[in-house]
Amino acid sequence: MTFVDKELLRQIADLHQTPKGAYNIRKNGEGIEKQSTANIEIITKTDKPGINIIVKPGTKNESVHIPVIVTESGINDLVYNTFEIGADADVLIVAGCGIHNDGSKKSQHDGIHHFIVGPRARVRYVEKHYGEGEGTGERVLNPQTIIDMAENSWAEMDLIQLRGVDSTKRNTKATLANGAHLVLLEKMLTHDKQVAESSMEINLNGEDAKVQVISRSVAQDDSKQIFYPQVMGNSKCWGHVQCDAIIMGQASVKAIPGITANNADAQLIHEAAIGRIAGDQIIKMMTLGLNETEAEERILQGFLK
Amino acid sequence: MLQLKNIYFSVKDDDNNTLNILTDISYDFADNQFVVITGPNGSGKSTLAKIIMGIEKPTSGQIILDGEDITDYSISDRAKLGIGYGFQHPPRFKGLTVRDLLSTAAGKTIGNDQCYRYLTEVGLCSKDYLDRDVDNSLSGGELKRIEIATILARSLKVSIYDEPEAGIDLWSFTKLTESFKRMHKTQPGLVVIISHQERILDISDQIILLSNGAIKTSGPKAELLPQIIHETKTHCELQKIELEEDVKQNDFCR
Repeated sequence: MTFVDKELLRQIADLHQTPKGAYNIRKNGEGIEKQSTANIEIITKTDKPGINIIVKPGTKNESVHIPVIVTESGINDLVYNTFEIGADADVLIVAGCGIHNDGSKKSQHDGIHHFIVGPRARVRYVEKHYGEGEGTGERVLNPQTIIDMAENSWAEMDLIQLRGVDSTKRNTKATLANGAHLVLLEKMLTHDKQVAESSMEINLNGEDAKVQVISRSVAQDDSKQIFYPQVMGNSKCWGHVQCDAIIMGQASVKAIPGITANNADAQLIHEAAIGRIAGDQIIKMMTLGLNETEAEERILQGFLK
Repeated sequence: MLQLKNIYFSVKDDDNNTLNILTDISYDFADNQFVVITGPNGSGKSTLAKIIMGIEKPTSGQIILDGEDITDYSISDRAKLGIGYGFQHPPRFKGLTVRDLLSTAAGKTIGNDQCYRYLTEVGLCSKDYLDRDVDNSLSGGELKRIEIATILARSLKVSIYDEPEAGIDLWSFTKLTESFKRMHKTQPGLVVIISHQERILDISDQIILLSNGAIKTSGPKAELLPQIIHETKTHCELQKIELEEDVKQNDFCR
């Protein structure tokens, strides 16, 4: 692996060496390293690009790393990954995509991820997107995430865009059965002339299904962001959507959270707030010894943590 | 140690008229003193505190710290020289935890033991608060106590507290007063507190009484406190008489 590869892996998956447990590393549209374990099997799809990650029922405290890196300009990578999390399993999945584009052509990675979370299973999924490189070629990431949650399962999805992604269209769909609990945590930073759009559609079908959608974003410079989180309460369920954005420079942020109750016992709440960093927040940090730039960075760092 | 020399501060109102907020404030603060600045609402107390921290710039005058003219220094520069300021209405931060804020205040990542010490000092149970965000989930009183803890987490030459009692319940206030007493005994440095509270005035070494933006009087607590209490009571009685007169005159309104 080159220095650039290692740096991208560090950014998106905190990987400093070959990960423990099951893993699959994809580079420039091809799998380059893969390892299964006794409980987690990674199988290359035969009908289309991508892998199946099969976690045996009852697997506890294991992790899967499936980072993707793109280092060549002009790559257009589309990948389908399916995650089958067996009943009562408890796993961590670390994904993410880093693009290094020094060329003039567009580099794009579109990951279509389908999660099938078994009864009572617990999964934490962390996906980080990051772009870098001196070239004029765009860095584009359009992830789709589909989550089917069986009864009493639990999932936390941390969907994070660090920086350097010129254009992104995120699409997240989830369906929750009885007692399922989903936490969707989206964090996004855009800068320069970047554009980002995120749509979510969460169907709370089962009784006592629960979802928390927490979106935190920072839009800097001339960037544009649009959020459409939608929660449908189709049973006795609970849903909370919270969108917070910090806007800076000439950026624009549009947040249109939507809640639909199709059942009288559905309890749904949405909140949305967009604003600049307050002057007294900067002053407070400055009274602690930070200069204005450091104060701003500290506030943003906390906000997107 | 800290000198204010002929500080003036004025602003323009909507009609471009000059409003004098502070007029010719001069005072020498001695090291290791506990000084309370008191006075009626609108007398310029908070403005004076902000001028010492650098949040407001004086229209004219000088601020000298240990012989160095810091009048044109930024807030950060003054913070680095050892001046700290506790906000009357502290800001909230989504995503920053109490631990993050205390570490930022200390200038380094601090361990549980130190956090525990600072939070206990302000009457908060460390394990309940350390990993909580400093956001809207905290009550006004909790936020205020965390604000004071951020001052304690720094090694300061000058600690300024702008109405630390505001928004704090009675139990916490008693605890806070005890903390100030203890800090005064154990920690070196000048402490300047803006306060209306008799109990805070009572633990001071020196009192400065501001009125209409100027120092009306200043001196040791033993001399000034009885006088202030007497004046306040007389003032309240006068206000009561005026109010009663006012009510009588407006009887026809009922």
